[in-house]
Amino acid sequence: MSRKTPLYEVHAGLDATLVDFAGYRMPLRYKSETAEHRAVRTAAGLFDLSHMGEIFVTGPEAGAALDYALVGELSTLAVGRARYTMICAPDGGVLDDLIVYRLAAETFLVVANAANTDTVRAELTERAAGFEAAVDDRSASYALVALQGPRSQAVLSGHTAAPLADLRYYAVMAGEVGGVDALIARTGYTGEDGFELFVSSADAEALWRALADADDVVPAGLSARDTLRLEAGMPLYGNELTAETTPYEAGLGRVVKLGKKADFVGRSALAAQAETPPGRRLVGLVARGRRAPRKGYPVVGSDGTPCGVVTSGAPSPTLGRPIAMAYVDSGAADSGLAVDVRGRHEPVDVVPLPFYKRS
Amino acid sequence: MSVPEQLRYSEEHEWVSGLENEDGIVTVGITQYAADALGEIVFIELQAGEGDTVEAGEPCGEVESTKSVSDIYSPVSGEITAINATVVDEPKVINDDPYGEGWIFKVRISEEPGDLLDATAYSKLIEEG
Repeated sequence: MSRKTPLYEVHAGLDATLVDFAGYRMPLRYKSETAEHRAVRTAAGLFDLSHMGEIFVTGPEAGAALDYALVGELSTLAVGRARYTMICAPDGGVLDDLIVYRLAAETFLVVANAANTDTVRAELTERAAGFEAAVDDRSASYALVALQGPRSQAVLSGHTAAPLADLRYYAVMAGEVGGVDALIARTGYTGEDGFELFVSSADAEALWRALADADDVVPAGLSARDTLRLEAGMPLYGNELTAETTPYEAGLGRVVKLGKKADFVGRSALAAQAETPPGRRLVGLVARGRRAPRKGYPVVGSDGTPCGVVTSGAPSPTLGRPIAMAYVDSGAADSGLAVDVRGRHEPVDVVPLPFYKRS
Repeated sequence: MSVPEQLRYSEEHEWVSGLENEDGIVTVGITQYAADALGEIVFIELQAGEGDTVEAGEPCGEVESTKSVSDIYSPVSGEITAINATVVDEPKVINDDPYGEGWIFKVRISEEPGDLLDATAYSKLIEEG
């Protein structure tokens, strides 16, 4: 039986199409996923992300514990700022990609993917054992609502006195929104400006109803979230990132801070991987035809032999053409590639990521 | 969920109309349940063209949505007499009007269709998921 988020009744009331995702009953779309996607690109969309994990790491050595547990150097993160990072296995495989917020000198909030929250909590607990730091998974008591799109700040400023204009990208502050206490973060997974609002589960519905009330705010589901992040070239755990993927293959070697003083889990494996060119690389593909490459479809070279695999793909509402991310063998040429769409080789062009960048 | 009384249905979520017609030409589409489950349809293709034959229960085309791809199965055997150019050009019409403007192809049936479901039986099928 999947769990319900604190906003389940709201979604049901909006007649959303619900799906099981990472153990939660989540809205896939409310009406049209394409309209929801476009609303986020042009105005604002409202997402329920309460399935995500919120794990607090606190204590005098919280920063040091995270330096050891994660590939980034979180002890250098300024209070009120956020950072994209990863937790890796000793062999360098990615266990999850994370956003870490430093809420106070000794308080960090680690946001994990829903499907990986149990793993991340267990690993953090084990890895923090030698430090004066406590790991507390508060996922069940937190709801996460994201307001994303160019109108987000204008909309949100109608519901809070917090100085949003001073809140930079990848920064966080506490404030009251729609009458409820929230952590207001300028982060997201859509390629647009926007905010992620962490509130107590009990306050989620009041917050949602306040924000959804604005004319140019459209509730948006997981389907739109997926095409938005794909256009923005952002990896999805389970697709582009897995325990069998290294950060270097994913083109995310920059998040691995090999230069940090502290030892960290995965260091020696990652240091070796950093020295060796990866056998495959993550590329962006744009299809010439109308058929969308999908996760798992083979990528083939000009002679028809397999040279890679699609990790994510969908028709792009913004580009008007199918787009995909794929792992392609490092030796394979960029030109003449095709994707095997159910037995037919559909030509694709390799393009730099992201597919879409906000102006 | 709309399941029109006068239509017949396949277990693969196609509908058939006009089985009572004297010319033996029936119209085929996919059900609202199928269209909703697929999400917004962005591409449709029939492997067979006008004049080609299709077999009941065999795949004869593909329908692709923003989220997934599925085969279209012909619910009847016979010869294709028409393909709806409107849905090929603008597949979303299938989402908007699956039982009307969103019809997909017409077939002159060559044999009595077998195990098609009536509206009650099809409603039961989709309720059971």
